[in-house]
Order: sequence, then structure tokens, then C-alpha cells
Amino acid sequence: MATIILFAPLIGALICGFGWRFLGEKTGQIIATALVFLGAALSWAIFLTHDGVTQQIVLMRWIESGSLSTEWAIRLDRLTAIMLVVVNSVSALVHLYSFGYMAHDDNWGPGESYRARFFAYLSFFTFAMLMLVTSDNLVQMFFGWEGVGVASYLLIGFYYKKPSANAAAIKAFVVNRVGDFGFALGIFALFFLTDSIRFDDVFAAAPELAQTNLTFLWGEWNAANLIGVLLFIGAMGKSAQLFLHTWLPDAMEGPTPVSALIHAATMVTAGVFLVCRMSPLYEFAPDAKTMIVVLGATTAFFAATVGLVQNDIKRVIAYSTCSQLGYMFVAAGVGVYSVAMFHLFTHAFFKAMLFLGAGSVIHATHHEQDMRNYGGLRKKIPLTFAAMMIGTLAITGVGIPLTHFGFAGFLSKDAVIESAYVGSSYAFWLLVVAAAFTSFYSWRLMFMTFYGESRAHGHGHGHGHDAHGHDDHGHGHHEPHESPAVMLIPLGVLALGAVFSGMVWYNSFFGDEAKMRAWFGMPAAVEHAAEGDEASAQTHSETTAEATATEEAAPEDHAVVTGAAPQGAIFLGPENHVIHAAHEAPKWVKVSPFIAMILGFALAFQMYIRRPDLPAKLAAQQRPLYLFLLNKWYFDELYDWIFVRPAKALGRFLWKRGDGDVIDGSINGIAMGIIPFFTRLASRAQSGYLFHYAFAMVLGIAALLTWMTLSGGAH
Amino acid sequence: MNNLLSIITFIPAVAAAILALFLRGDDPAAQRNAKWLALLATSATFLVSLFVLAGFDPADTGFQFVEEYDWILGLKYKLGVDGISVLFVMLTTFLMPITIAACWGVETRVKEYMIAFLMLETLMLGVFCALDMVLFYVFFEAGLIPMFLIIGIWGGKERIYAAFKFFLYTFLGSVLMLVAMIAMYADAGTTDIPQLLAHSFGSDDMTVAGFHIVGGLQTLLFLAFFASFAVKMPMWPVHTWLPDAHVQAPTAGSVVLAAILLKMGGYGFLRFSLPMFPVASDLLAPLVFWMSAIAIVYTSLVALAQQDMKKLIAYSSVAHMGYVTMGIFAANQQGVEGAIFQMLSHGFISGALFLCVGVIYDRMHTREIDAYGGLVNRMPAYAMIFMFFTMANVGLPGTSGFIGEFLTLMGIFQVNTWVAAVATTGVILSAAYALWLYRRVVMGALVKEALKSITDMTRREKAIFAPLVVMTLLLGVYPSLVTDVTGPSVAALITDYQAALPVADATQLASQ
Repeated sequence: MATIILFAPLIGALICGFGWRFLGEKTGQIIATALVFLGAALSWAIFLTHDGVTQQIVLMRWIESGSLSTEWAIRLDRLTAIMLVVVNSVSALVHLYSFGYMAHDDNWGPGESYRARFFAYLSFFTFAMLMLVTSDNLVQMFFGWEGVGVASYLLIGFYYKKPSANAAAIKAFVVNRVGDFGFALGIFALFFLTDSIRFDDVFAAAPELAQTNLTFLWGEWNAANLIGVLLFIGAMGKSAQLFLHTWLPDAMEGPTPVSALIHAATMVTAGVFLVCRMSPLYEFAPDAKTMIVVLGATTAFFAATVGLVQNDIKRVIAYSTCSQLGYMFVAAGVGVYSVAMFHLFTHAFFKAMLFLGAGSVIHATHHEQDMRNYGGLRKKIPLTFAAMMIGTLAITGVGIPLTHFGFAGFLSKDAVIESAYVGSSYAFWLLVVAAAFTSFYSWRLMFMTFYGESRAHGHGHGHGHDAHGHDDHGHGHHEPHESPAVMLIPLGVLALGAVFSGMVWYNSFFGDEAKMRAWFGMPAAVEHAAEGDEASAQTHSETTAEATATEEAAPEDHAVVTGAAPQGAIFLGPENHVIHAAHEAPKWVKVSPFIAMILGFALAFQMYIRRPDLPAKLAAQQRPLYLFLLNKWYFDELYDWIFVRPAKALGRFLWKRGDGDVIDGSINGIAMGIIPFFTRLASRAQSGYLFHYAFAMVLGIAALLTWMTLSGGAH
Repeated sequence: MNNLLSIITFIPAVAAAILALFLRGDDPAAQRNAKWLALLATSATFLVSLFVLAGFDPADTGFQFVEEYDWILGLKYKLGVDGISVLFVMLTTFLMPITIAACWGVETRVKEYMIAFLMLETLMLGVFCALDMVLFYVFFEAGLIPMFLIIGIWGGKERIYAAFKFFLYTFLGSVLMLVAMIAMYADAGTTDIPQLLAHSFGSDDMTVAGFHIVGGLQTLLFLAFFASFAVKMPMWPVHTWLPDAHVQAPTAGSVVLAAILLKMGGYGFLRFSLPMFPVASDLLAPLVFWMSAIAIVYTSLVALAQQDMKKLIAYSSVAHMGYVTMGIFAANQQGVEGAIFQMLSHGFISGALFLCVGVIYDRMHTREIDAYGGLVNRMPAYAMIFMFFTMANVGLPGTSGFIGEFLTLMGIFQVNTWVAAVATTGVILSAAYALWLYRRVVMGALVKEALKSITDMTRREKAIFAPLVVMTLLLGVYPSLVTDVTGPSVAALITDYQAALPVADATQLASQ
């Protein structure tokens, strides 16, 4: 079944991408969509019936060299099951939605076909993403990792006539490659130390890695921490964490369904997935975990600040995604991987919905993306408005405090914040502030888009100047119209997820530790209680027992591998009681995100409903701060200055000076002294240098032969 | 079939002789005949070479299909292949029909052109099959003559300069290699490669003309061979002949140059340097590592600055060859196998990339990147194929380009993490220059007047790319096709190499 899920989208991509000329565009699209829906249905079947026991399905040999042995294989456990559902559900809905969204597009002239290509890319992306999440080893994961990168590149640059789209596509790919640089080095280091890149072997060796030192570059490092950090650098690239985040906002150049699928729900969460997948390693890498927490929290805060002032509807949501990914990393970093997955899971629904809703707005307003030109859309597109409202309630975390009753984001975000409280006060405070910002920018988006008077045409730009330089779409006067059913149905389905996914699975992910452990297939939970020490001792003995029990079964051909891999999809070290402590967090901690949310809402209401003139005044008053945020903390300018320009200049310098002057100069210089001599020698030969060459060679061989004949040979 | 290797080596030569002797005239009919005969001969060579592959026993680490005859002056004519060389033979026979098909549009001196390529194939196959040092030398050096003619006669405007440079660089290396071969003969008393492999050359320190030489004779021999192979690879800083040669060479010439001729250097390292001079290799490996790492970063940066498509791809070739040298001298299974894989894969990918340039050069007669833009609008099939090979070139997993890069980096990481880290930055830079090239040529709106009537690829052109696409994908998804063949031979090579190192050194390596 897993094999069918995995390959259905690939087949769809191939049929749609190459077959549409014979089948017709529409048929191709339908086939691709149907196959993804099939995958989604099967994924839910697996998700609901999976018993938590890890299964491995080997498909084929892959890279084999010496002791390195890699297979194409599927690893099916709870983590995979969760990701299968997320990826396939969102992908299926996005496929469906794209029928409507991509039906007409002003970027293409009459007679130009682009729809089949779009669907083929979407399906290809789905395949690569499934490869990533079902992988049984790090190299296959890297295959999926790069595969989604290519799909993302192709889809961001889908409007290939637009220079900005092309630039954004390259930026996304190259910045991701910076992350891959770390990821690759992490894989090399793991192979070097454990002689394997299979998850099972690596996990089994993790305790030993914590005791090992590795000389890497200038220093000696603790192996587990070093590998943890290197892999996290990969995760930073893919999940757009601070310093490697610059590509994500630009990626909004792609069509909106792409943003929903790739840049909100699935691909960008791959980094979080990686950290959760490697939990047996990270449990032994405290420093790497600290780094994850700090960067995750900082990103959550940073991206939220930038989101406050953006005017492009998609960019607001993009920064929001960036920020929410930070939340997930904090959860993973403090050691509550299940909560990271929980937030990933719920976020996929409500963020995909927000994007698709934004797409519906954009569709309705004829590709207008600037929120300053919206306003009062509530009555014109009521269904879209309802969907966006649900999404906003979900992302801002509306629910009844101190109960487990609320929208999806309420449950998962609060779980993250409670975990963060236990793990790191730095992260906790940043996340709470970010929660207030989240609420502010989400409501600001709602108010600017759906409330107030229509600012659609002829109205001056509300505040500040336009730093992005949007191209002015020369559309005629069209009334905004509600989107067709194919676009609204996916919104409805996602709305279900945004409302209920949190409440339904709260206990499985976070609420009930025993249930969570069983769900993820971990060894049965131990009575935690207050006497932590005893509990940990018990857990410890239990895992050791497990280890010895399975030791015989495990292949013993690897020198370093001593124990067996821990059971279950994620692993919590014996000292890890964060989840338990998070349940015990004081009441004010549990209420704090709710209060932050209310504050954010109130401020947004004040600024965009009651006193719409306030934002402009504030922006004028705090101009440096406003510009700083509007220009995204000047990261792009900074990188251009310290990386892009110097690289180009250096390239030119090395070429002209290095290759041209130094190397050619010196070699030709020396040669110029010798060559004329030969030239004169052979000047009668017709085509110059060729004959010099042959002449020299013949001379050489003659000399060799003569010498050998004279010395009589040794035979 | 005891003479299988001789048969495949000389089928092209026989065809060349037939062309030279019997084909008269330069009318279209004669031209067509010449092309068809060349295509037939190269295809036949490929088909026959399949028997070699089929009959090859990977488990046997010795030389197979060995044939030995007396030659002139007491020298031997001896051919044979092992797990290291057999795939290079296959690469050559596989690519030559494609190359011939790629020069279907040539109209000047077609007969001579075909003869040059056919002779070139014979000589290249000879290099990979030769089991006698002198025979190797003859093939190795003579192979440059047809290449020289191809650049010099059918090349671009500055072909004389390029040919001149080519001559300069290779000349010095060849002389030194020749001297080294003489010294080897003096020391070992044989020119037979299997015997030389078994011979251990002196590695005690010695003093020559006042210079103290660590590693003694081995170091000297190593350096002499290095001079020749490093130029051929080409390694930084003796790489500057390659961009010029590529730019001036006709498309088919570039394909052969990048896809096969460069591999002779890497093959030479594997056949001579590493197994015959292990002590010196171990001693000088850090030098090679750094030259490779610099090559990767340096040429990738230079590639970023290029305005000429062929030059850009040529520089990218140098960077990719950096992975090869690095992997070879990492001297572990992943490194060496990765290097072989990288060479084979680069054969397909760089060949295809030069063909991609050729496709639009044939239409627009310029290689200037700025002359293009927005080709995707009129050439969707071309855009797709170019995209595929661009991605393969940047080492996308699933294509063969990934496996070689990945394995060599994995190999080097076990030996030197600094070099590994520097070399790994190549994955970032390669993405930058390759995608930027693609963007400037293929993406964007089609605004240039001259391009408005450009036509997409013809069936012949698509047919040329098809086998390359298949191989690139196949090896990327199922690399065992290669590693099964090379594995045992490489393992034996490394075992011997480790055994030949002084004990202290070997234990140090083992403890790493």
C-alpha cells in the first residue's frame, strides 16, 4: 500500500507531463489529480490503522560502495504516517483547487498551454516529498530533499517570463543548497563514524556518538552535537529559519496553490520532520538542541515582526509560515518532538487554508495582491471570507483557556509554548510575544482585506511608499467575484482540519503521555509522577532490556553499532521529562498565549477598524523602525553585499587576473622563450604546431626505443 | 573470441582506412556515405564492446581478455581490461556513435572529419586497453593528434591560439612522462603493466643535485606522471588550456574532449600513479587534495563570471574533475569508486551539455550568453532537456551526477575534513552558475528579434540526447550497474595500496 502511495504521484506526473499532448490537457490534469486523491485515501487508511510498529519495505538497491550500502526503501512508522496524511491531503486538495485557480492566467497568451505542466510539477513535487518522508536512510532522504528543492525551483519560476520569478526560483534553490551543504557534511560525518547511513544503525550508534569526539575543521567536537548541528543547518535551509530564510518570501512569486502546498504545508516543514526523525540522535546532542531552540525562537519572533508591516497578502502569510516553523523547531529543540509534529500537522491545515483563501481573494480581485487595494470584500466573497476567518481563528489560537476546546492552532501552539516554558525561558518569552504579533498581523490581514471601504481602484496608496515596486496590473474594472466550487471545496475540507484536527488528536500528540507513547510506538510509558529519578531509572532499564532483546536480531556487521535502534518513531531520552513538566506548567503560562492573542487582536482592531488613520501616523512617527521591518531587517541587502557581489567580483578577478595574467602569463612567458626555437626548427612544416607536436612525440618514442635496444632489454 | 579488444579497438581504424583509400570526391553523396560509414563503424564497435561487458567477470580483479603479441623491437603489444578500465572502454564506444550523429550538419571536408574521429576512437580505446607502458604512451600521445586536427581545422576563429596553448601544456607533461617511463624500465626491467604493478619502486629518501627528496624514486616518478595527467585532467592551475580548446573546438570535438579525453588523466592516475607509486601518492596526496579543492571553488567562481556558454561549461568541467582527483587520492573505496563514477557520469552529462550548446549554436552561430534569452517560449523540448542536464550537472540526486560527487566527498571526508568542507561548497556554487546560465539562456520573455523564428529540436537531435538521458537517469537510480563492475577491482587496488605503505603510515590510516 505504501508503495502505491509513493509512486502514484510519480506516475501521475509522467502521464500528465508527457502524455497530455496525446490525452489532452484536461485528461492529464484529471489523471494526476485522481492519482493523488488515491494516495490521500490510502494515506488516511494507514494513518488511522497504523499500530505504531516500524515497518521497512525494501524496494531496490541503490548506492553500494565498500561498506556503504544504501537501498531504496520505505520506512513506515507514526512519523511517516503523519507526514503521508499531511502531504497527500494537502496535495490532493491543492490539485483540485488548481483546476479553478489555473483555469485562466494572464501570464500566458492564447494557445499557450501551461496547465498540464503545472499539474505535472505539482505531482512530481508530491512524489519527491513522499520520498523524503518515507525514506529509510539519510541518502534517500537527501534525494527527496533535493527533489522537492527542484520542484520548488520549477514552480516558483513557473511564470518564467517574469524576471522576478526567475530570480526568486534561483534564490530558493541556491539558499537551500547552502543548507544542503551542512546536511551533506552531516551525512558524511555519520557515515565516517557509524559506517552506515541507515536510520536504524545510526540510531543504535547514537549513544556512542555522544561519547565520541571528532576532529572537524579546526577543532575537536562532540560527534553527536556536531552532526546534530550540521543536519540542522540543512533543516534551516529547507524550513527557512533565520539566516537562511530569505528565499521563502520571494518564493511567493510562484502561483498561490504552490505557496499553499510547498511553502506552507509540506516542503518547508521537512526540516522539522528531519529533526523529529533524528530524535534518537538529538536526544544525545544537548548543544545542538539548544541551538535549535534559540534559532527557532528567534526566527518565530523575527518573522512575526516583519509580518506586521508587509502589504502583499502572500508575503504576510509567508512570514507567518516562517514564524510558525520557528515554533515547531522550539518544540523539537526542547525535546518534545510529538508537539513539533502536532503543530506541523495542524499548521498544515490552517496555513494551507489561509494560502488557498488568499488565492481565492487574489483570483476574485484579478491578481491583485496588495492589501492596500483590497477592503470591504466580506460581502462580495462571503465563502472565502468565512474560510479565511476560520483560518485566522485557528492560527491566532482561539479557544477556551485551560480547557482542550478550541481551534487547531489553539491546542498545538499552546502545547508548544508550554513545552518552551519548561525548556527555555528565552524561547518562552519570544514565543509569547510572537503569538501577540501573530494575532496582530493575522487580524490586520483580515481587516484590511475584508472590512472597511473598498480601496480597489483609484485610491492612493494608504501609507508609506511601496518598497517592493509591484508591477501595476492594468486590469479593467471588474467586480470581485466568488471563486468556483472546485476552489471552495478544498477550502471547506481544510476548514474541517483547521477546526477539529487539534481537538481530535490532542491527546495522541501531547495531552496524554501514555497514549502518545503508544501512538508513536515507543516503549510503554512509565509512571512519571513527581519522583522523576525513579521513573527515569525504570525507563532506562526498560530500554536496555529492549535493546538486549532485539540485539540478536539486529545485523552485527558494523563495528561501531553496539545496541539496537530504539523502538518507535521518535525517541525520548531517559532524562527527558519535558512533556510531563509541560503538563504541570503553571496556569499563567497556559493562559499567556491566549492573553497575547487578545492583545494582538485588540491592537489590530483599534488600528484598522476604529482608527484606520493610525497605521500611517505610526509609520511616519517611527519611520526608521518601520523601514527596518518593511525591508525585512535588510537581510537581502546584507547578503547581496557580503555574498553575491563579492562572489561575482571574485569570479571575474580570478578569471581575468588569475587565469589570464598569472597562469597564462607565466606559462606563456616561459614558453615564448622556447617555442620560437622549435618554430624555426620546423618552420617549413605546413600547419605549424601540429607537426611540432607529432615531431616531438616521434622523437621521444625513438629515443625510448633506442635506449631500450641499446640497454638490451631485461627480458 | 580472444581478440575482442583488438577488434573493437581497430574497427574504427579500419573504417578510417576505408574512407581514406576508397572514398573519392566531396559531393553531398560522398559526404553522406562518409557519415554513414562512420556511424556504422562506431555503432558496430559499440555492439561488439557489449560482448566485452557481457563476458567480463567483475569478481576477477585481474586483467581479462588479455592478448599479447610481439611487436617491433622486442616490444610487446598487449591489451586487457580490468574492473577499472572496462567501463571507460564502454563509455568511449557508447559515446562515439552519438558524437558522429552530432556532426551530421558538418559540410566542410567531411571525409577527413570522419577519419579524424574514427582514428581518435581507436587511439582512445587503445589507451584504456593497453597493458604495455610503451603502447600506452603511443596511444596516449597519438590521441592528441586527431583532436588537434579537429580543433585546428574545423575550429572557431582563434583555433590557432587554442591549438598552440594545447601544445604547450601537453608537451612538457609528455616529455616528463617519457623520461619517467625510461626510468621505470631501467628499474623494473619491463614495460609490462601487470608486472610493473607488482613491482615496488624504491621509496627511500635520496638526494638529487643537492635536493633531498622524500620518497625517493617514487616521488620523482610520481611527479613526472603527475605533470602529464594533471594537465590532461585538467587540474588547477594547469587548466587554462581547456576553456580555450573547448571554445574553439567544434561541437563534436568538445563532446569527445570533455567526455572522454579528460578521463585519460584520471585513468592514468588509477593505472599508474596510485598503484605503482603508493608511497609517493600518500606523501603528495595533500597537495592533490588542495589543488582539487581550490579547483572546485576557483573554477566555479570563474564560471560565474563567464559570458560564453562553452567556456562556462568548460570551467564547470574543471570543477567536476576536481572531485575526481580528490576521490582518487583519498584512496578509499568510496573515494576511488566515486571518482570512477564521476568520470563516467561526467562523460554523459558534460557531453550532453556541449551538445546543448551545439543545438543553439547551429541555429544562431553564437555562443554568447547575452545573445539568447527566453528560448523556452519557442523550444520547449530543448528547454526540458537542457534543464535535465543542468540539474544533473549540479548533482541532483536521482541523476548520475549526484552519485559521483557524493561518493568522492564521502571518501575525502574520511581523510581530511577541511578539504571535504571546502569542496562541498562546490554544491552551492555549481547551483549558482548552472541555474544562472539556464536563466539567461532559456528563461524570460522572448524579446530578441533574431530568436523569434528559432525552431525546436529536430528528431535527429532528440534521438542524440535520448541515450544520454537514459544513462544519466539509469546510473543515478541504479548505480550498482557501475559499482558492481568496479567494486572488486577497486577494493583490490586499495588493499594493495594500503599494504604498500610503510607500516606506521598504514596503522595511522587504519586508526583514522
